[in-house]
Amino acid sequence: MADPRAAKAVVGVNTPTTARSAEAGFRGLSQARRQRMLELLFLLPAVAFLLVFFGYPIVENVVMGFERYTTSTFFTGHAPWAGLANYRAVLRSSVFTEAARNTLLFTVGSIVGQFTIGLGLALYFQRKFPLSGLLRSLLLLPWLIPLLAATTVWKWMLDADNGVINRLLVDVHLTANHPGAHPGWLTSPSLALVSVILVNIWIGIPFNATILYGGLRDIPEHLYEAAALDGATRWRAFRHITWPLMRPVVNVVLVLGVVYTLKVIDIILGLTGGGPANATQTIATQSYQLSFVQFDFGQGAAAGNILVVISLVFAVLYLRANRRAVTA
Amino acid sequence: MTRFPAFLSRSRLTAVTALAVLIACAAYGAATSAAASKTARATSIRVVDYYASEPDKSIVGGVLNACGKSVGVKINRDAIPGPNLIQKVLQMASSHTLPDVLMLDNPDLQQFAQSGALTPLGNYGITAKGYQKGVVAASTYKGKLYGLQPITNSIALFYNKDLLAKAGVTPPTTWAELRADAKKLTSGSTYGFALSAPATYEGTWQFMPFMWSNGGDERNIATPQVAAALQLLVDLKSDGSMSASVVNWSQGDVDDQFKAGNAAMMVNGPWQFPVLNAVTSLHYGVVPIPVPKAGGVPVAPLGGETWTVPNTGNTAHEQLAAKVVRCINSDKNELLFGKKRQVVPTKLALLPQFVRANPALKAFSTVVRTARARTGELGANWPKAATKIYTAEQCALTGQGTPEKCLAQAQNG
Repeated sequence: MADPRAAKAVVGVNTPTTARSAEAGFRGLSQARRQRMLELLFLLPAVAFLLVFFGYPIVENVVMGFERYTTSTFFTGHAPWAGLANYRAVLRSSVFTEAARNTLLFTVGSIVGQFTIGLGLALYFQRKFPLSGLLRSLLLLPWLIPLLAATTVWKWMLDADNGVINRLLVDVHLTANHPGAHPGWLTSPSLALVSVILVNIWIGIPFNATILYGGLRDIPEHLYEAAALDGATRWRAFRHITWPLMRPVVNVVLVLGVVYTLKVIDIILGLTGGGPANATQTIATQSYQLSFVQFDFGQGAAAGNILVVISLVFAVLYLRANRRAVTA
Repeated sequence: MTRFPAFLSRSRLTAVTALAVLIACAAYGAATSAAASKTARATSIRVVDYYASEPDKSIVGGVLNACGKSVGVKINRDAIPGPNLIQKVLQMASSHTLPDVLMLDNPDLQQFAQSGALTPLGNYGITAKGYQKGVVAASTYKGKLYGLQPITNSIALFYNKDLLAKAGVTPPTTWAELRADAKKLTSGSTYGFALSAPATYEGTWQFMPFMWSNGGDERNIATPQVAAALQLLVDLKSDGSMSASVVNWSQGDVDDQFKAGNAAMMVNGPWQFPVLNAVTSLHYGVVPIPVPKAGGVPVAPLGGETWTVPNTGNTAHEQLAAKVVRCINSDKNELLFGKKRQVVPTKLALLPQFVRANPALKAFSTVVRTARARTGELGANWPKAATKIYTAEQCALTGQGTPEKCLAQAQNG
């Protein structure tokens, strides 16, 4: 705002009468309206971008959920209206209840694990010690490995017969050395979801640790010094300084975490393909399955829309929490 | 907040508008030139297939070029990796840029024929006389032939000769023998038997020989015949003769287990020959998959790809494309593909001479004679049935229920 011309322009907008008398008759447009138009024009690229890349796909997906959209549609361009038939089919299929339950367990389990370990590591690295910088960057590794490669390696490690994890368990005598006794990490319906959650936690830790670490660094050191003078111990310092000041960052991490976790499919497809016996099927993998394996794009879109609505609830919660944080 | 002042000149606005118009014109120009080329005389045709990795890429490429030459047209080929083919073809269909010749995996053909994206080969005087019955069924939709499939493959029982000799057993021919032999062959970290049973169509594909050979039918899987087939696999698992991990193994994983000596017998296909032959210490043989009772006929699923002529609206191109499809399916090329790609020709009359020249494919040539197409009965509805089949298989193999209960559950969706 150092530029006086800009300042004058602001005044011009705020007091339209002066502007009108000064620039009256300029091509039939008052300066205020010209100004207004220019502002709108500058908005145009952003609005166009949002409409083309967010609005259009979402509207299309919502519409597709109400259509019988199959392979034929791609060739003929014709998708008959199906009303709520797709939603009915998705909600009534026997897999859906299980998928919904798995989605909930997968999301809650992953977030709790990622967040606690991430926060623990962030607090740990807050202190300076030899090699802390190097170790902190190594922490990012799971994030840098392509997901497909990571899941393939995990699949090998978790193999019931020859995987390194079961070998280790045998070596420390936690399981008997005969194949029937080995835990089927990815092949037993009761363990598979746990394994998939554990791998997802491993992948999510760097994201949580990094953002939380950044948040911790933003807390001014002098607050802790002042608290120390007042005799606040470590836990009380965390409780009364760190946690309240971290609130906005924690909100971001949790909401983004939930949205990212809800839509995970690559990890599940890579590890179990939704099996065994649908034990790791989530709404996201179900949507993928319907659209790209069975080519029932209408039902796939319906399942996807259900997921979008769930994500939206969290996004709204996030926005509200943020607004409260700003106004507070 | 910064206000944008009046110094944004009109000339700049004009420039932006001009740019937008220019882009629109360019897009229109591209569209019209594409339309213009449609009416021009055909000197080249576009071919899409999924043989994107060697050696298949070159073998198929060689045949395509030779066929192009004999028809007098240049071949522009696009080999798309298998998993992406369908999505790519759907995109092409919606943007009206389907190729002139399109290869499809045989169970996908009927869905595409149903959409109207393919032209009946009868239009070009092509028939499938002399072809294996199941192969023709897979490429037929509502009584019309839409594709021609030069070669096929299937699955059979691979066995490790050394391990069988050591245990003193001969390759099993019946289910009872399979179960007994698998038990004898199981010791230490070696399982007697392995197959692929993941929650994908691969799992369904590998289960079909057991289900079909016992008289099971995909129209209704909640039958005693299918339950008995599933019970066999459950028994093999509870005997300890088959790893519980099969529910997460692809066919490639099964091959790795067999190669490493962790499985004495496995269900797999001839595409594994190159991988297995590379292991010099491994001696293996192939026999048809055991049948429920002695003297029964093994019914295995047919694999392989079919070549089609998409509906591009350009008659000149379609005629040429049909000639190329016919050429790909000539006797000479069927034998050439069979030999070089370790697959089986689809014209039954060619089989005797083919087996003489390629004894390693004897078992598969036998299997193919009686094999069935997955889409032979249900056509475009096959994917739904296939999903039910692998769902029931996973349910039973992970002990979620008895085969009967799992099959009934899956059948009712």
